[in-house]
Amino acid sequence: MTTQIDAAPQSAGRILRFDGVQRAAHWANALLFGILMLTALPLYFPSLSDVVGRRALVANIHVWSGVALPVPLLISLLGPWGAQMRRDLRRINVWTNEEVKWLRSLGRNAPRVVDKFNPGQKLNAIFVGGSIVVMLATGFILKWFRFFPVNWRTGATFVHDALAFAIFAVVIGHILFALTHRDSMRSMITGWVSETWAARHAPGWLREMRARPERDQLP
Amino acid sequence: MPAGAKGDTDKRPGSRVAVGRRVFLGMGVLGAAGVVFGAKVQNVLGNALGSGLGGLLPGGDRFRIYTITGSYPRVSEADYRLEVSGLVHHPQIFTLADLKAMPSTSFVQEFQCVTGWTVPDVHWEGVKLSDILDNAGVKQGAVALSFESYDGADSESLTLDQARLPDVIVAYRMLGAPVTTEHGGPVRLYVGPMFGYKSLKWLSAIRVVDEVIPGFWEQNGYPVNGWRDGSTGPTDRSLS
Repeated sequence: MTTQIDAAPQSAGRILRFDGVQRAAHWANALLFGILMLTALPLYFPSLSDVVGRRALVANIHVWSGVALPVPLLISLLGPWGAQMRRDLRRINVWTNEEVKWLRSLGRNAPRVVDKFNPGQKLNAIFVGGSIVVMLATGFILKWFRFFPVNWRTGATFVHDALAFAIFAVVIGHILFALTHRDSMRSMITGWVSETWAARHAPGWLREMRARPERDQLP
Repeated sequence: MPAGAKGDTDKRPGSRVAVGRRVFLGMGVLGAAGVVFGAKVQNVLGNALGSGLGGLLPGGDRFRIYTITGSYPRVSEADYRLEVSGLVHHPQIFTLADLKAMPSTSFVQEFQCVTGWTVPDVHWEGVKLSDILDNAGVKQGAVALSFESYDGADSESLTLDQARLPDVIVAYRMLGAPVTTEHGGPVRLYVGPMFGYKSLKWLSAIRVVDEVIPGFWEQNGYPVNGWRDGSTGPTDRSLS
């Protein structure tokens, strides 16, 4: 691109959507989710367990990937390197009334102004965070069952399984959205989006970045 | 900007609500409620849907298949042998036909894993372990049984008193059909009053011994006496 001219830097430039810490956290988290979902299949479906075999090994991989699951997010959020991670967590947490209306109308009333993340993306991130906590807690009960009453173990199995179905649906949806929104997916690989993209998909964020460009682009 | 400081009452278009935190906490509360009440919910839903549809519920009405070795040991019905030895007057080797020629017992029970999953209404058929012991003639000084599996790794134990409970059987039929390989066929142990890990699969040998020898799962920390009511002594309410 050769249009880095003073006259229109805003329209021709690019902005950093995800810094290196966020991308590393995303892909480490994605890798762990992938391992957990793949190993879950033979643990749950008898026909697959026969094909795959080695149940003890598969179960061990599943358990220890599960234990590691919160690590990428915690490290990226809590370290001194996590400023942008924490800022985006606040963006994901805080919803405008318009976005709440989108949620209440089950996606029909689209908000007029989209910030850095649209409400669907926010909901996806919140769901992933909540899932990690619930799956970790119920998984702990299943693995270290001795410390819990028998009916809690049954309840934990119920929750772990039910949420697993939801996670498969959401993750498959997430991947399909990524594959059909290449610019968005590329930003999770390279970190950058064009300002043209931002103007279309995240105008609220673009306006904010133009006002305070240093805010999200600190090294 | 303080998130959600003004709560839901502020309806101005620019006002903001901490939806993330609420959904996140909501998931945690739902999850906790599911742990505490999930067993009940599952029962109610399972009953409402009937046993067939109950299988569609996550976590309900279906077995998870456990093996401790790399794969299932495959033993044909014709090659199957059960060795009964140790402190007995008449050591014996049973074929599947021998077992089927003995008086059989059948009943329906819920199957329950120690980790919590259950399968309601499982039909079992086989020979009472007490009948096998009576045939073999238990010698003075015998205390317990030690079970071995065709997988070459799993083992289990029961005291003689536990083994003589009426719903402790050497099973050759399960779920209305011959016991399948994945369920431990052609012949497995079924210990009704205890958690699933006591019901050793691919049963190959029963030795009558003078002490309780902890089996594979017990060596890995599971209670030797895995009563379903949670007690871990040599007897539970049904014996005491």
